[in-house]
Amino acid sequence: MTVKHHLTDDLLMAYSVGDLPEAVNLIVATHISLCDECRAALEAYEALGGAVLDTCDSVALSETSLTSVLDMIHTQDNAIVVNDRSAPAKDSVLPTPLADYVDGGLENVKWRSVGMGVKQAVLNTSSEASARLLYIPAGTAIPDHGHKGMELTLVLQGAFQDEDGYFGRGDIEIASEDVHHTPVADISEDCICLAVTDAPLKFKGLVPRIAQPFLGI
Amino acid sequence: MLMSTTPSTECDPKPVVSGMEMRDSSVRDVGGLKILSNGTQSQIAEWVDELVRVRDQRDEAAFIRVFQHFGPRVKAFLMRTGMDAALAEECAQEVLVTVWNKAHLYDASRASPSTWIFTIARNKKIDVLRKQKRPEPEDLPWGPEAEPDQADVLGLQQESEQLGRALRDLPEKQRELIEKAYFGDLSHSEIAEQTGLPLGTIKSRIRLALDRLRHSLK
Repeated sequence: MTVKHHLTDDLLMAYSVGDLPEAVNLIVATHISLCDECRAALEAYEALGGAVLDTCDSVALSETSLTSVLDMIHTQDNAIVVNDRSAPAKDSVLPTPLADYVDGGLENVKWRSVGMGVKQAVLNTSSEASARLLYIPAGTAIPDHGHKGMELTLVLQGAFQDEDGYFGRGDIEIASEDVHHTPVADISEDCICLAVTDAPLKFKGLVPRIAQPFLGI
Repeated sequence: MLMSTTPSTECDPKPVVSGMEMRDSSVRDVGGLKILSNGTQSQIAEWVDELVRVRDQRDEAAFIRVFQHFGPRVKAFLMRTGMDAALAEECAQEVLVTVWNKAHLYDASRASPSTWIFTIARNKKIDVLRKQKRPEPEDLPWGPEAEPDQADVLGLQQESEQLGRALRDLPEKQRELIEKAYFGDLSHSEIAEQTGLPLGTIKSRIRLALDRLRHSLK
């Protein structure tokens, strides 16, 4: 594991609390699948959640609650899947949380060309934020763009370079509102990224502005 | 249904106590292995015992104790996140049913009982209040058959206790800040820095366990 660009503590804590839009949860869960350091940090925040649950007041359950719960476990007991930890066959590029959004694997992604050899596939999440897979041919530049909100980009295959550094598989770039950047896919391999935005991107320059409606971002 | 035949604590009513109660002064059975913990055992270790009985023996008496201890806390937690009492009651019951149904996934080297139940309650909250599914990280490839290292189980318990103590010892305003973050009515910027909770120790222990695991899989 050589992940160099990580999630922020704010994002990790918000994920542990359960406050994030679905698309952001998706990119956080996908990064954690590839990054032990952030997984450990998340588990620490969850430990804090456990400590909060311990210090929290208690509110008495209804008198019939125990009976109802015992009824439920008795009727469900036979239905337990004992080994739901055994993961299905893994896609080598898409970690499980992401594979769940594209019917299993990279070969099932419904790419749409957006020009310059770049392809994208918008994933179906709640509308508060949007998630898309981007396919960028080796050596290709994504137009210089800023954004109204936050943009998170996670590399799944290949690598890209921009003003902020070099991002390889598992690395996540967190670009805030004022960042304008021009990511260029590494020459060695076509680059596949998961990109999540909570507001539309703004492209600079004429051609990219024309491309924007196609990108839908 | 398999009922436990473990005699010792089967029928003891367990008083619900808050804080760091040290009880019991003998060798205890945690996760099927005898351990010695300076002749004392923490409250966390007791709840680990109970969950392990639910997990391994489908022990209904142990489950009832877990229900009676955690049920009212889960209900209070869900009400603080914005549910009315009736919905929180219904959801708390479902959370406890999930505890029973998913007990086979409980791993004492990775989460204290409170932490594990917190994650189930949180997922219930997202499900009900946000009406969303929650993408979860890929599971690590350690199956239920892999017996966790008892040193890790104990270490995590000690660090969870340390964290719980640190949380309780915080000035009230800071503690409220954190509670609010977990109830979802506060943005969370800088809370960790401001309060200096010992998250680092837990993080490094889990990190170590992950490293060891990856190494053993090579």
